[in-house]
Amino acid sequence: MTAVTATPVRSETRDWRGISLQLAPFLGIFAAAMILPFVSNDYWALIGTRAAIYWVLVSGLNLIVGFAGHLAIGYVALLTLGAYTTSVLVAGNVTPPLNVFAALPIAGAVGAAFGAIVGLPALRLRTFYFAMSTLGFATIVAQIALAWQSVTGGGIGIAGPEFPAPFDTAWGYYYLCVAFAAVCTWLSANIAHSRFGRALIAIRDAEVAAEATGISKPRMLIAIFLFAGALAAIAGGLFASLQTYITPDAFTFDLSVLFFIAILIGGRGSILGPMLGTIILTVLPEVAAPLAAWSTFLYAVLLLVIVLVMPGGIATLLDWRNRRPLASNRAIVPRPAELAECFRKSAGDKTLKLRGVTLSFGNVRAINNLDLGVKPGEIHGLIGPNGSGKTTTLNVISGYYVAEAGTIGLGDRVLEPGMPTLRAQRGIARTFQTPRIIGEASALQNVMIGGTIDGQATFIEALLALPRSRRDEHMLTKKARALLGVVGLEALADVRADRLQHSELRFIEIARALMLEPGFLLLDEPAAGLSSDEIERLAALIRAISRRGTGLLLVEHHADLIFDICDRVTVLNLGRILAAGTPADIRVHKEVVSAYLGG
Amino acid sequence: MFASIIASGLAAGAIYALVGVTYNTMFSTSRVMSFTAGQLAMLGGVFGSMFTLKMGMPLLAGFLLTLIACAIIGIVTEFVAVRPVLKSLDQHLYVLSTLALALMIQQVAAIKWGTEPQPFPRLIGWGSGVWDEKFWLPIAACAITIAGLEYLYRRTLVGRAFLAIAEDNFAARALGLPERNLRVASYALAGIIGGVAGFSGGELLLAFFANGALLNFYGFVPVALGGLGNNRGAVIGGLALGLFQQAANFLVGGIFSSVAVFALFIAVLLARPQGLFGFSTARRV
Repeated sequence: MTAVTATPVRSETRDWRGISLQLAPFLGIFAAAMILPFVSNDYWALIGTRAAIYWVLVSGLNLIVGFAGHLAIGYVALLTLGAYTTSVLVAGNVTPPLNVFAALPIAGAVGAAFGAIVGLPALRLRTFYFAMSTLGFATIVAQIALAWQSVTGGGIGIAGPEFPAPFDTAWGYYYLCVAFAAVCTWLSANIAHSRFGRALIAIRDAEVAAEATGISKPRMLIAIFLFAGALAAIAGGLFASLQTYITPDAFTFDLSVLFFIAILIGGRGSILGPMLGTIILTVLPEVAAPLAAWSTFLYAVLLLVIVLVMPGGIATLLDWRNRRPLASNRAIVPRPAELAECFRKSAGDKTLKLRGVTLSFGNVRAINNLDLGVKPGEIHGLIGPNGSGKTTTLNVISGYYVAEAGTIGLGDRVLEPGMPTLRAQRGIARTFQTPRIIGEASALQNVMIGGTIDGQATFIEALLALPRSRRDEHMLTKKARALLGVVGLEALADVRADRLQHSELRFIEIARALMLEPGFLLLDEPAAGLSSDEIERLAALIRAISRRGTGLLLVEHHADLIFDICDRVTVLNLGRILAAGTPADIRVHKEVVSAYLGG
Repeated sequence: MFASIIASGLAAGAIYALVGVTYNTMFSTSRVMSFTAGQLAMLGGVFGSMFTLKMGMPLLAGFLLTLIACAIIGIVTEFVAVRPVLKSLDQHLYVLSTLALALMIQQVAAIKWGTEPQPFPRLIGWGSGVWDEKFWLPIAACAITIAGLEYLYRRTLVGRAFLAIAEDNFAARALGLPERNLRVASYALAGIIGGVAGFSGGELLLAFFANGALLNFYGFVPVALGGLGNNRGAVIGGLALGLFQQAANFLVGGIFSSVAVFALFIAVLLARPQGLFGFSTARRV
């Protein structure tokens, strides 16, 4: 008990220090932006304003490219859309003229709608396809802007909106745009540091695991596409006013490239990095005037260099915390006894039942008419030779495969076939044969992913950092830290997961699964690659989980572990049950001994 | 009008199909889709016009030099943007590296060649009206290229080696095929095909740096529709796209035709992400 209550207090002070350290560079940039008017001339006001406007767009796009990992390369289209929408509404050549402050939100709404439409393909298409579809959209918007003369003025163009005093001077407008940029930074940081931001990274780097924790990719992506679309269109409105007069020529594809590359130079999953990237790319051609014509070429070279030499971007350069060497003699010492204090839900009393489940791949019957039952609190071992259908069985239960025949039920309720994202709500969690971990996130964040569906706050609440969202964060952080303690890894909570050892990743996966307080936990070869000491500790941990009422289904090749901890064992061979019973029965079962155990 | 829709549609479609084949040729040996495909076709036009009009070379010499130049760009693509990222294919870094290279090519073309479309010479001078060579030349080029590729893939050892690598890279390497050299060769071949597309379509599209981005998209649509790596699908898809686009162009006007193409592209891909003639085989867990 003492350890669990002591940990949060210690971590809170550390959190505060961490947060202020994270905030410092943003405050520094903001302060520099505030001072700029007093140390420079109107020319720099223009460049500063431009950087601020670009950042309004990039801060939203960053969630798509940097966090969700979707290569949206045509975002100049949404800037164009916002610029024309605002200008047309203010000029009143279609509707009665509107005030610019009324036109901007409307442009934002239009941008959000189109952002979602452009984003829709990302729900199904792979990287290059999605990149192409955004590129295609950009081409089309440019053509429409040119051809729809009655509204956009065609090649002649249209006057940009004018802002009233005090925003009608260069520096007045500069401050307005910096204010917009600051608000956008705050909004996107709120999302990035909420369960939504973590879920985006989870979808990017470990999509299968994200589904198992109940993260719904479509909802998550549409939310950020709406948000990024709105910001891009608002940036467009501001951009149009800065230009004072817009033609389709103002929105070259080079701008898209600038936005996109600013994020990649900045680094994925970071906010500070892309912000610096945006500033650098905006200022760079100005300082080196002869380079202006070659700016896109320069961006492209930078992109190539970043991709080939430094895939982490600026963010990795700044991440000095993760360059400190880790202790090499560290051991995983789980504290299973603390498990009871982390769990709030009481265990269910329903049995997980498979009835007559059959699944073939081509002509191979991977599992054939399989019946299986896992009771709450039971440790059920699933063993058999390679290719006997063990992992396939887990995948059918978690909904990655749809059984051709048979049902999977929880008590009397039949589980939806082929819907992996619904399993978490039913209290079924799992780990994977090869740990599916987000390498770029810390161990703590990886564990927090497991509790994503327990969050109460909506996307909007998270966006505005309303109390419910802050409560979610507090709850998830506390629980994840406690569970890291249970699996014995709390010392590594803030370390990037890709720096950890294989065995540590296995325990992180278990901690992530435990975030759900699952009624059933499916473990796919949890002991693979563990040392014998670690296997003993794993056994104690598994026992503690089962004592709490969770039913475990354990696929494993370590016969000793299986016979040591299991209450029941099912042996599969060629997709069929060869034998089922207590470990003592199985150990002496003739066919099992000859087909699998040997001896 | 009907005849001119057919003529311009098939001509544009043949160019799209050739760019699609360029994508496929690069994809088959490397599993990489490269943004340079459309740029190669753009360069076919720009180099062609530069060698023949600006430098005044004979047509045949200009044509061959264009193909050589495009083949070199193809090889450069392999060395600069593909080989370094092949190790981590699953991270899709090739999208970024080939995009970077494509942007460099486009920017150099824009600065060195100029941002205005420039004329392309008349090559043969046969035909007028709907039988003008600017319409039938791309179609003929497409037909000859496809026939040549079929011959290469079915009758020659090198072609069979290409197919072996496309089918199963590891098995091909285990058999002792020089996988790396064949990949370089396929990128050179892709460069040549792109060059042919640009050269034969030069009179239709002119020598214009912005054609690269346009052909990147319109050449990718048939690949996406026809299924990745499927040349037959790319040709059918390309011709259908050209006809559809030109018909829409004549009937409802330019903007709506591109909107229609885009909508079609998205709709088909959402319904069948593997393309109309493709198969889905991926296993995720």
